Amino acid sequence: MTDPQDTQFLPLTRRQVLEAGTVVSASGMISTATAQAQTQVTTSPSLPENGTTVHIACRVNGQPTAIDIDARASLLDMLRERLGLVGAKKGCDHGQCGACTVHIGGRRIASCLTLAAKVNGREVTTIEGIGSADGLHPMQQAFIDHDALQCGYCTPGQIMAAIACVKEGHASTPEDIREYMSGNICRCGAYVGIVAAIEQAAPQIERG
Amino acid sequence: MRSLSYVQAKTVREAIEAYAAAGEGARYIAGGTTLYDLMKLGVERPAHLVDIASLEGADRIDTSGDVLFFGAGALMADVAENDVVRRDYPVLAESLSKAASQQLRNMATVGGNLLQRTRCPYFRNGAIGAYPCNKRAPGSGCAAIGGLDRGQAVLGISNACTAVSPGDWPVALTAMDATVEIQGPAGPRSVPIAEFYRLPGDTPHLEFEIEAGEIVTGISVPKTEAGRNSTYLKVRDRESYAFALASAAVALAMDGDHIRQANIALGGVATRPWRAREAEALLNLRTIEPDIALAAGRAAFADARPGEHNAFKIELGARTLADAIMTAGRKMQ
Repeated sequence: MTDPQDTQFLPLTRRQVLEAGTVVSASGMISTATAQAQTQVTTSPSLPENGTTVHIACRVNGQPTAIDIDARASLLDMLRERLGLVGAKKGCDHGQCGACTVHIGGRRIASCLTLAAKVNGREVTTIEGIGSADGLHPMQQAFIDHDALQCGYCTPGQIMAAIACVKEGHASTPEDIREYMSGNICRCGAYVGIVAAIEQAAPQIERG
Repeated sequence: MRSLSYVQAKTVREAIEAYAAAGEGARYIAGGTTLYDLMKLGVERPAHLVDIASLEGADRIDTSGDVLFFGAGALMADVAENDVVRRDYPVLAESLSKAASQQLRNMATVGGNLLQRTRCPYFRNGAIGAYPCNKRAPGSGCAAIGGLDRGQAVLGISNACTAVSPGDWPVALTAMDATVEIQGPAGPRSVPIAEFYRLPGDTPHLEFEIEAGEIVTGISVPKTEAGRNSTYLKVRDRESYAFALASAAVALAMDGDHIRQANIALGGVATRPWRAREAEALLNLRTIEPDIALAAGRAAFADARPGEHNAFKIELGARTLADAIMTAGRKMQ
């Protein structure tokens, strides 16, 4: 039986709920000044940064993007905190886990160890940019088909690395896949499914 | 992390000028995989970054002349995948493809990789600053000596520092007698790789034979037929994506069944890329046999000085080298 009360929550996506939750918990847990600063950064992308800024003009998922950003900022922080693209995850923030993997100029990189300033004039692709109007990217579908995740935190990085792995020509054998996916750590241990997913999707993805 | 200024240089001259103009606290940044990482840890605190990743022509790879030339800005991934390097100098290609992850190899340059800093956990403990480190804070002491020293070096250590030189590529280049091309305010110069890395001695903070303001612009490797009979064996705590516990770069020049000249360097066990001359001498004019290979491995570690938890590296390193000699020997047909 359907409860008509439920329908009013349906238009909300999981992401919107999480974002709202972040603001609420930030307000409750830290000083008012800090909370305001954090809220302003997410709601007002043009706000001046704390340190010396650099101007960046690049394309992110095909969209021309111009931004003034702290010269110290990572590409990961730019994507997540300034552009609201929270698919790439901050796992270790030291290039050791692969959760932040995105593509620059079609090549996979660790966005946490890439200065945002370096993407001036470059083409950045994130997990948000790989699907099409028709639906999921074949690699996304393959991850679903093979249960290639448990908690899902590493998944956007795994999928971005996996697509690049295929395009590089490093996905012809399970051994090759394991070696060239070794930069992406999965604490849930979904590796068997990940290798199976890449084997399934590989023939559907054009080599670079 | 300190607030900093950032400029992108287009030419070497522009970079050197920008560095000089920036004054104190200036650092060059290429791929950034070491520098930015250490900035986040508070170990490196630059005030000005001069980005040299996009210098014109800096990523040139030229295998057509008397030497293999790798522009310092060439990406690790691109050199690792180069057809000539893979076919004729597997030791070079393997040292790159077994380093880091593909993401990092797509960022890091082969020039910057020469300047990678140690992974010693006490050195990297910068922002917290709970442990002394002569490399990070000269004169403060060494917490690794008598501490958790499982990963520390057994060769080339001093009473001031036992930190391992972390790279793989520099080990392969050391075996292959590479030359580091440098440019600075005073002009260009060449440094044999054997002189590029310093022993820690009393000054472990001085690691590289390069002056402030100078840039590594390229790496030259003399061509040799021994390149075909070469390999890089890397033993790690896990199968992939880890720093070496022990590694060996081996290239063999052969006269029929006999070794005319062996070129050998070790990684993961020493404070700098470690040329193993004793092992090379022992292999001279010998055939490739397991017991001879192991004897060479043992000879390479004759002067090893283990700490409390890393004595295993002596046996592991000897056997790693022995295996690499056998692998390189099997390529000889």
